Amino acid sequence: MAGSTLEIKNLHVSIEDKEILKGVNLTIKGGEFHAIMGPNGTGKSTLASAIMGHPKYEITEGSITLNGEDVLEMEVDERARAGLFLAMQYPSEVSGVTTSEFLRSAINARREEGDEIPLMKFIKELDKDLDYLEIDQNMATRYLNEGFSGGEKKRNEILQLMQIKPDIAILDEIDSGLDIDALKVVSKGINKMRGEEFGCLIITHYQRLLNYITPDYVHVMMQGRVVKSGGPELAQRLEAEGYDWIKEELGIEDETVGQNA
Amino acid sequence: MTVETKLPYDRSYIEQFSSQLNEPAWMKELRLNALEQAESLELPKPDKTKIGKWNFTRFKHTASGEVETITSLTELPVEIQDFFDKEALPENLVIQRNHTVAFAKLNDDLANKGVIFTDIFTALREHEDLVKRYFMKDAVSVDEHKLTALHAALMNGGIFVYVPKNVQIKEPLQVVFWQEDPEVALINHVLVVADENSELTYVENYISNNQNEETVANIVTEVIAQDNAKISFGAVDNFAAGTTTYVNRRGVGYRDAQIDWALGQMNDGDTVSENVTHLVGDGGSANANAVTVGRGKQTQNFTAKIVQFGKNTDGQILQRGVMKESATTIFNAVGKIEHGASGANSEQTSRVLMLSENARGDANPILLIEEDDVTAGHAASVGRVDPMQLYYFMSRGIRKEEAERLVIYGFLDPVVRELPIDAVKKQLKQVIERKVN
Ligand SMILES: Nc1ncnc2c1ncn2[C@@H]1O[C@H](COP(=O)(O)OP(=O)(O)OP(=O)(O)O)[C@@H](O)[C@H]1O
Ligand SMILES: [Mg+2]
Repeated sequence: MAGSTLEIKNLHVSIEDKEILKGVNLTIKGGEFHAIMGPNGTGKSTLASAIMGHPKYEITEGSITLNGEDVLEMEVDERARAGLFLAMQYPSEVSGVTTSEFLRSAINARREEGDEIPLMKFIKELDKDLDYLEIDQNMATRYLNEGFSGGEKKRNEILQLMQIKPDIAILDEIDSGLDIDALKVVSKGINKMRGEEFGCLIITHYQRLLNYITPDYVHVMMQGRVVKSGGPELAQRLEAEGYDWIKEELGIEDETVGQNA
Repeated sequence: MTVETKLPYDRSYIEQFSSQLNEPAWMKELRLNALEQAESLELPKPDKTKIGKWNFTRFKHTASGEVETITSLTELPVEIQDFFDKEALPENLVIQRNHTVAFAKLNDDLANKGVIFTDIFTALREHEDLVKRYFMKDAVSVDEHKLTALHAALMNGGIFVYVPKNVQIKEPLQVVFWQEDPEVALINHVLVVADENSELTYVENYISNNQNEETVANIVTEVIAQDNAKISFGAVDNFAAGTTTYVNRRGVGYRDAQIDWALGQMNDGDTVSENVTHLVGDGGSANANAVTVGRGKQTQNFTAKIVQFGKNTDGQILQRGVMKESATTIFNAVGKIEHGASGANSEQTSRVLMLSENARGDANPILLIEEDDVTAGHAASVGRVDPMQLYYFMSRGIRKEEAERLVIYGFLDPVVRELPIDAVKKQLKQVIERKVN
């Protein structure tokens, strides 16, 4: 089998009775890298959260399936074990639980009871990824995200990605707050995941990240919908010209989710 | 209001009890005086918890029959074996079974250096002067209230530790107080004295199994750190639901002394606990760390207090509690800086995590400062498990129960990790696990 397929059809999502996503259609397959761009407040993070199952978001219409299975019927942890992963725009800080403990639990959650990953093997693989992402060893023994800088939190999300090895990953603004070197390292980590078995949805504001991670498809979100899709050249044009030309083309005046075309 | 509780044991009983133990005359006298005072003194009044109706006086005082000694630790019940690291059994260990020593060993080298580590009755006979010098003198007084007086009158167990000047002990001293008889009270006295420039680590475990039978634990612990001495004191209290506990752990630190407490307060019955440290000399420091998990219908009141008399002293209080079911817990953290203690620093943090709608938790940080040139700070919170944290865990595939477990452990970890012996730390984690699930 050549990887998983995540299929989003006509997805409508509300938060506190306010409709934010208004019919999103998107299909991500193993082996594909998709990028979603779009102005602030247009529903990108909402889409990511709805896919993962954030408790605050209510799906009012449409469907999400993973290899034909209904994702919306699954609890958050079941979605994750089915193969989904979300690198969060603002990951929580958890006092008292180290990154290493957190990761070990995540890995063991995917294994049978009694077949937990041997500690030495876990440490070896963790060290390898820490090295690859140029993360200080002692970060693994610090409490999860507590007191981490913005950039450290992002690296930690990618560390988790590499350790958990999901089938489909959604990366929400993984590039925000990263300095140039960190951006390169994080991109290197994401690129290492590339393969037939791995599909990825990258939410970003900047072409810069896409210079390092070339997407196969680029989508633009406005007003809670995907309003335009294309290849990597679309991202380049957005970087050069901004969003006005799309708004003009589609007759959109205000791109935020409160508005309708 | 005077409490009209009839005391369970009389003068002649105590005279006989003391004689059987061959106690020195002053001790018998002290007991008898204490009994008299116990009749008129009132119960202590822990802030915000009413204990007037708690059972502190209905109990059996002694166990019947001979206590069997233990020749090998493998004879012990598994829950007690958990206190030790199987690979590296403790070098210095006393097991008190009901009131009698069932196992005792002390590293020869320490014994040769003059370290004393023995039960309180043996100490009263063999090291009378030392015990007399410290017993309920500098730390806890007999006449503080009814329970301290009752304690002195009816003390039926305990340990004496003495580390001479300039002796630093690296290996911990460990004691297990095993209340095997479900009806017998433990009126236990722990006296730890670190002489000038000495250093020691002491860890104690209390354990009982009386789910249904009612009894009492009345514990007074006195910890004395002379000039420049350093004491690390760890404890895991694990009395079963039938035991009503009063536990008073008090420290006195002289010049440049350090007393660090790490208390795992895991009783299942109603509990009043006070942990007070007096920093008498200049330059002393104290860390009072405590955790608890409240469950069932139990009511608990924990007071951690550091009183600073000395200049440039440092007092740090850290309390963490997890409350489930209908448990009620009050945390009082009191930092007191006396007039003249210039340069002192006092900080306290109390945090309570509520796991149920019916549980009650209250955290009261209090600063009492009578000196200008000091620094102080406090923080308190009562909260619930953060749903965003759970979402984050679950988004990594971790099941909800496991996520909650990790968050709860994480919440208690800052205190748990302070326990000085790894095996005891592990055992505390097991007790926490049992209480949380
Ligand atoms: N709890 C909430 N209550 C009300 N509105 C909300 C809530 N959460 C999100 N929204 C609104 O939903 C809209 C979409 O938000 P979302 O976070 O999906 O945008 P985004 O495209 O990710 O923006 P950005 O690029 O700034 O990250 C915004 O207008 C936001 O204010
Ligand atoms: Mg966003």
